[in-house]
Amino acid sequence: MNTALPGTPLHVGLFATCPVDLLRPSVGFATAKLLEQAGCRVSVPPQSCCGQVAFNNGDPDATRKLAWRIVKDFEPFDYIVLPSGSCSGMIRLHYPALFRDDPRFDRVNRFCSKVYELTTFLAEVIDYRPAAPNCNLAQRNITYHDSCAGLRELNIRDQPRQLLKQCAGVDVTEMRDTEACCGFGGTFCVKFPAVSNRMVADKVDNARDAGADLLLGGDLSCLLNIAGKIQRQQNESPQLSKVQVRHVAEVLAGDLDAPAIGEGAEAQIPHE
Amino acid sequence: MSSVQPYVPNKDFIYRAADALADSHLQQALAKAGRGFVDKRSAAVTRVPNFEAMRDRARAVRQKALQDLDIYLLHFEKKVTEAGGQVHWAETPAQMREIVLQLCARHSATRVTKGKSMVGEEVYLNEALEKAGITPFETDLGEYILQLAKEPPSHIVAPALHKTRAQIQDLFLHHHALGERDLSAVEAIVDEARQVIRDRFLRADIGITGANLLIAETGTVAIATNEGNGDLTATLPRAHIVTTTIDRVVPTWEDASAILRVLARSATGQQTTTYTSFFTGARGDTDKDGPEAFHVVLLDNRRSQLLGSEYQEMLHCIRCGACMNHCPVYQAVGGHTYDSVYPGPMGAVLTPLLRHRDGDYQLPNASTFCGRCESVCPVKIPLPDLMRKLRNREQQEARFKGAGYWITKVFCALAASPRLYRALTSIGTKLAAALGARRGRFSKLPLLGGWTAHRDFPAPQGGSFQSQWRRNGKAQPPVGACPAGD
Repeated sequence: MNTALPGTPLHVGLFATCPVDLLRPSVGFATAKLLEQAGCRVSVPPQSCCGQVAFNNGDPDATRKLAWRIVKDFEPFDYIVLPSGSCSGMIRLHYPALFRDDPRFDRVNRFCSKVYELTTFLAEVIDYRPAAPNCNLAQRNITYHDSCAGLRELNIRDQPRQLLKQCAGVDVTEMRDTEACCGFGGTFCVKFPAVSNRMVADKVDNARDAGADLLLGGDLSCLLNIAGKIQRQQNESPQLSKVQVRHVAEVLAGDLDAPAIGEGAEAQIPHE
Repeated sequence: MSSVQPYVPNKDFIYRAADALADSHLQQALAKAGRGFVDKRSAAVTRVPNFEAMRDRARAVRQKALQDLDIYLLHFEKKVTEAGGQVHWAETPAQMREIVLQLCARHSATRVTKGKSMVGEEVYLNEALEKAGITPFETDLGEYILQLAKEPPSHIVAPALHKTRAQIQDLFLHHHALGERDLSAVEAIVDEARQVIRDRFLRADIGITGANLLIAETGTVAIATNEGNGDLTATLPRAHIVTTTIDRVVPTWEDASAILRVLARSATGQQTTTYTSFFTGARGDTDKDGPEAFHVVLLDNRRSQLLGSEYQEMLHCIRCGACMNHCPVYQAVGGHTYDSVYPGPMGAVLTPLLRHRDGDYQLPNASTFCGRCESVCPVKIPLPDLMRKLRNREQQEARFKGAGYWITKVFCALAASPRLYRALTSIGTKLAAALGARRGRFSKLPLLGGWTAHRDFPAPQGGSFQSQWRRNGKAQPPVGACPAGD
């Protein structure tokens, strides 16, 4: 798969995704750090949305417009890497379908084959093995939420677990129903709040039942949902066990200075 | 499709979902059934060497059947006629009801036993029979329970899935005048149902069943059941009427077995159902038993409109119920919330296509697109894709676009200019971060009331990733990225 000339580092276009770009830049920086540790040259061209919001809300024309923009802006890179299974799946699987009857199809298809979710890219494309772990979280009880698109569209399951073992000395404690959706679902969570709430409450219960004090995942949007539920519950019932939420890239890169998702300056607790 | 009614925003699903979430009996029943179905299917598919290949084969059979549906249907009719039966064609539910009532009149029927038929439910057959003075006796245990409770099914395989054992016990004690007795054990409930229903089999004039498959090769109707009630309904009365739809047909017995191999495994985790029965025509001269008359009523109800359309794959469905068993939305709110014979993901696609009722577009929207339905579908129907297409159709048909539509439009327009987007979002995220910095989250936000009703919204760290990257020039620790570090 290595398309670069021998001796030149792979040039990777980092597509941060909207949630990371707007809400949690630390995940973007952690992603870049991992890619650079893996010997890649990283660039971040101007970027916005992969089009998934429009796509899932019945607007294929608007989606194609955004998609074509991304194809053009990112196709010079050897690879395009995203810290998200959902947006990677959108590009890899749905872009070709969107351009099926379009003269631009071949170019889109070629582009899509260079697009990877972060943990898949690290584990399968460049076989990333850090010289020394970036951090050691062996004393934490860590569980992992398999976000739906990554799991079912891209078969992301073993990659983050394998990397966590190699990069942070962590064995994941599996929670029940790890294949079940957290209830985020894009606009679903605001269109059907009661149903979404029930789903995320189940997810949080399962994490607590597994004894987790840190929940990781590969998609920030799901993590915002889960963290938001945990914090609302802890606010209402302070006796509940504390579960922190982070993107897997932050742990892999050892970037743990930023407070966990949804925690403010006041909530910083010494743990790492 | 000109018959589509103008879409009126309708929040019925949301209200019904709220009721369902607050219904402790329902939640108890759903919790019990849900996990059982999932675990049993999972065990069943791992017991066979290559379930994926079985799915592919079943899918290929469905594709082949639909490819030349007209040929197979006409051949099926020819073979049924040769076997002494009769095929009737019903374009609409009203026509199906009318045909069944005429057949009942022809056979002077006043008492009818019924096996489980979702098509019977689709056309409200029981109501029509009762109106005509004919008593329909449901003989499937689940359907019988619902007949007592005067409720529609909530699941296509387990119609009374929403009922707890205690509720069923109360229904039996109330409706069966059998004196003092202990019905606390499941066996006692089943025994009592058997006792009450058995007499009805013997006294019925006509038996009505559904069909899992129609085999064109020989004009045979296949029914998969676990209670044996289908056999008694089909063979004991003077006439057997099959109420089914045009998309049930497969070309050959070999094809039928390809479907049956995945059906029970996907539905209940069985290798095969307890009874798999095949009915071909009426009683022949040399047959010792069986009905004197055999009728198959084939309903279209807009299914033929799906042929050759972008929704054709929905006709692959073999009605196993695996999609709803694995759907987190169905598991949370149950089947009645969908207000349709067909609930869950398959219903969220089929209902708007067959029924065209105001508010049906809520159904394909009530999905997170988690994709679990597609991953367990024995004939690999791309259910999320089909729901997405329906969302697209809803947008095209909508006279009035909602707030969500315009928000998406504005966002897309902005996103189409990444540099402008970067400049505006950089300012926006800094502002939002400043407001939420101390707690790190918001408990109330404009436009996100649905989120903050139940959850906090994590505050942005401040400044967008792109703008910081540009300032820093390359990957650096996120200095200034989080308000806590300021």
